[in-house]
Amino acid sequence: MLNNATSLSRSGLRDWLIQRATAIILSAYFIFILVYLFRHPHLTYYEWHALFSNTWVKIFSVMALIAMVLHSWIGLWTISTDYFIARFQGSKAVYIRLAFQGFFALLLLIYLLFGVQILWGVSS
Amino acid sequence: MNLLVQIYRYNPCVHDHPYLQDYSIDFPAETDMMVLDLLHLIQETQDETLSFRRSCREGVCGSDGMNINGVNGLACIMPLSQVVKKNKLVLRPLPGMPVVRDLVVDMALFYKQYEKIQPYLINDQPIPVQERLQTPEDREKLDGLYECILCACCSTACPSFWWNPEKYIGPAGLLQSYRFLADSRDTAKKERLSNLSDPFSVFRCRGILNCVNVCPKGLNPAKAIGHIRHLLLEEST
Ligand code: SF4
Ligand code: SF4
Ligand code: FES
Repeated sequence: MLNNATSLSRSGLRDWLIQRATAIILSAYFIFILVYLFRHPHLTYYEWHALFSNTWVKIFSVMALIAMVLHSWIGLWTISTDYFIARFQGSKAVYIRLAFQGFFALLLLIYLLFGVQILWGVSS
Repeated sequence: MNLLVQIYRYNPCVHDHPYLQDYSIDFPAETDMMVLDLLHLIQETQDETLSFRRSCREGVCGSDGMNINGVNGLACIMPLSQVVKKNKLVLRPLPGMPVVRDLVVDMALFYKQYEKIQPYLINDQPIPVQERLQTPEDREKLDGLYECILCACCSTACPSFWWNPEKYIGPAGLLQSYRFLADSRDTAKKERLSNLSDPFSVFRCRGILNCVNVCPKGLNPAKAIGHIRHLLLEEST
């Protein structure tokens, strides 16, 4: 039997709300970046560097990064509990599911740590 | 007019695998009938071993839900003229359910989910002398909910129910759940909602809307699910 031990918040409502909120942050971030790119058609390294030196941009980027990690985890957890279940893979399902969840948990953690390091490493 | 009917056949005691059996039927041109009448015709004239469920033959009992040319519906109210494509009709049991025989499926899990939502009025107030009254406005809130005949066409068209029929209540059960949540006479709203708050019971609905497309009674389970989500939100924020 599946349970919710590996779900983000163990509450359907909370996961659902986090999924929505992070989606809004991510869309806002991508719109921000797209608008910026549109307004700087001949972008140079120095302009790009200046953008990410701004503390607010750093905060916004880290927020978007965290949102991406949470959003992905909820989605991937849902996929793993839809498709890697005893009905499909029998008693092996739990190992496949754990491997899948473990792989992506690790990957997302690496993204997060690397991302924060890179963003915060930009000298102002 | 010649019609090719392909029907899913499976008798676990006899067959190793399910298969599609062809039946060919000649009609005078312009004949129309319900899919259920066609099944009876085949059973009476060609193959008496063909098994299917039916009772009311007028869209009221919900026992002849099946997959008709790829879409779930009630055989008794689905006219051939609406579903036959290129003189061909394919009939299969409701998808994702264990098959008992031919078009007859095991509905145990579907009913288990229905049972989970406590499909009855719960009221802890003293029993009134005559009856529990409701204003016409409150009664109106149950329209579009009470009409469900539990045919399972919606739940067995829902991918989320296919993957997790043990944990996801499914559109039929959730529509019924909202029918009691919306009832002004019911006093167990809190308890009902707390039973639905895990990540599976309600939140496995991913808004695919297959349920709305197939309901033979024209009901909208996805809308009811949205209302439940809203109630959960109100309750816990
Ligand atoms: S909601 Fe519609 S499709 Fe679903 S069980 Fe009820 S009547 Fe059937
Ligand atoms: S809207 Fe929800 S309940 Fe309806 S078919 Fe889609 S996932 Fe299933
Ligand atoms: S036979 Fe009763 S609904 Fe079709």
